[in-house]
Amino acid sequence: MDYTFHWRPVIKALPDLFSAALVTLEVAVLSMIIGIAIGLLLAMMRLYGSRPMYYVATIWVELARNTPALLQLFFFGFGLGAFGWHLSPFMIVLCGLSFNNAGYLAENFRGGFQAIPKPQYNAARCLGMSASQTYIRIIIPQVFKLVYYPMTNQMVWAVLMSSLGMLVGFRELSGATQFLASNTFRLFEFFLVAAVFYYVLVKLILLVAHLISRRLFTY
Amino acid sequence: MSESANVIQFFTGFRLNDLPFLAQAAGNTLLISVIAISIGTVFGCLFGWALYASKYARYILGSILDVFRSVPLIIQLLLFFNFFPILGFPLDPFAAGCVVLIVYMSSLVAQVARGGIEAVPESMRRASRSLGMSYFQDMRYVVWPIGVRAMLPAWTGVALGVLKDSALVSVLGYLELLRASQILITRTQEPFIILAIVGAFYFALSYPIGKITAKLEKRWQYD
Amino acid sequence: MIELQNVDKSFGELNVLKSINLNVEKGEVLSVIGASGSGKSTMLYCINALEKIQGGNILVDGINVHAAGTDVNKLRQKIGMVFQQWNSFPHLSVLDNVALAPKIVLGKSKNEAREIAEKHLRHVGLGDKIDTYPTRMSGGQQQRLAIARALAMEPSYMLFDEVTSALDPELVGEVLDTLRLLREDGMTMIVVTHEINFARDVSDRIAFFHQGIIEELAPAKELVNSPKSTRTQQFLSKVL
Repeated sequence: MDYTFHWRPVIKALPDLFSAALVTLEVAVLSMIIGIAIGLLLAMMRLYGSRPMYYVATIWVELARNTPALLQLFFFGFGLGAFGWHLSPFMIVLCGLSFNNAGYLAENFRGGFQAIPKPQYNAARCLGMSASQTYIRIIIPQVFKLVYYPMTNQMVWAVLMSSLGMLVGFRELSGATQFLASNTFRLFEFFLVAAVFYYVLVKLILLVAHLISRRLFTY
Repeated sequence: MSESANVIQFFTGFRLNDLPFLAQAAGNTLLISVIAISIGTVFGCLFGWALYASKYARYILGSILDVFRSVPLIIQLLLFFNFFPILGFPLDPFAAGCVVLIVYMSSLVAQVARGGIEAVPESMRRASRSLGMSYFQDMRYVVWPIGVRAMLPAWTGVALGVLKDSALVSVLGYLELLRASQILITRTQEPFIILAIVGAFYFALSYPIGKITAKLEKRWQYD
Repeated sequence: MIELQNVDKSFGELNVLKSINLNVEKGEVLSVIGASGSGKSTMLYCINALEKIQGGNILVDGINVHAAGTDVNKLRQKIGMVFQQWNSFPHLSVLDNVALAPKIVLGKSKNEAREIAEKHLRHVGLGDKIDTYPTRMSGGQQQRLAIARALAMEPSYMLFDEVTSALDPELVGEVLDTLRLLREDGMTMIVVTHEINFARDVSDRIAFFHQGIIEELAPAKELVNSPKSTRTQQFLSKVL
């Protein structure tokens, strides 16, 4: 083995990698917020919507779940170009991840809503609560607990998926790593450090999620 | 004038005889997926059993496998691909892709398999041991058939995930479906239709398999 | 007063209630007995509009429950209901289970709602449980919680739908005792039950349902001790 490892360029680049990791976290969190909002809507449309609404939501969910995430990203990248829409790399990744998150989360939410027994709804309505009060105060908090763990998983997935941004020119952790590495020809060292960054990021997310759940779910 | 003529020659639209090219690439996607899924499943089941059976395996093997689930696949691919030239013998993209996907698949299957074994009620195992079955007979005739049913839905999800994730091997230069589509997009400048065809291929594989599994799962719940 | 006038209810082809006529006066306790599927639970669901009816009228204090303009949320505040499954809200503490509706439906302040909740929880004997969660309580305790939750809305009427059927035998007593307590308070109640002895001792009248009609309606002791209809006799001989 005549290769010598050079860590100095990587150490010099650590601040850049760190800020790139924050970009990764940022795009993942944003895509989760959008994904949760749309996913909730899609779940409602599939459960209670009219026929056309059901079909629109179902097509979204099935496309998001049955095609590669990278293909979805390419769609927002080049595919929309066919219609003259050109998104920035950040928007490509954000749209792609949000699309994917919404599809997966919608199925989790749907399962959650179906798991809440109908009598819970009746009991609340019997106390004079309106339908919307019942949903906000009784049903959704219970669904939230059921989908909390899958949601944490999806957040981890969002972080891992955001690495695809590298292939559409977005400088998140992977994209920045590739950029910095190609300047120094120290590919292996750089990607190894990036891997460590991802690992730590994922573990931190799981830890925070666990701490939050201990506070939220006292029952 | 001549320049625009050149452009027209260079960017030719999507043609019917591009389809064999895509079909060949789809074949490559299937090839690498099937290899990764089958070998990864074998290793995954062994790992899963080890995780279940031994406390030490749970700590050591468990944390190693956990790394492969906590680092993006694309980084794993690039790391591995760039590691072998360092050792002095470069790997071709296909081999590197296979190895990484197999390890990735087995790390996911290990979790599923462990869950499957744990899904077999202790009382049932006690019953089979009390009939005089050996540990391996118990595993073979009781735990395995019941555990397989319990893990099939999750396994299908993992396998379909690897099928879709195999698209990432394109970054190493392996000519699978997504890389082929990029080549065609560059030439034809018709991204929408090409991505739609590629998407349809994945969908046509993934959707029915997912649906059939969901049906099986439902049926098994009732017996 | 609760009045049912020629009430028809069907699920598709199946006629569950056939032209039911029934009046429950203020302060009265009416028990409803009969085989499962005879329509007695469905009647309760119709009274507070959880189920629609296909014919006739239901009036509560003169308000037509199923008329188009009726505010059912307002109406349901008058009618408390307790189910076979207690349906505690698992994500809320025992106190919040009871205090939530007074707060968000009646618009009480946080402190008022808390006081109301504590009062009713003490009344059903759960004064020491206010800070726990329902999932940590027995079925009997959860059923008493459900009663307190309904009472906190200060309803004029209470509907009980087989509230002891899902309980372990040793827990039935504490819930029935709570119902006796309400009777002493003068609450107007309709109690669908399988506990014939309880119905005889506690209610003013008993209605025997058979296949969607009221087969017999009589003062409680009379119906149990000397039933007129042969169907009532057959039913009682089976369950007593």
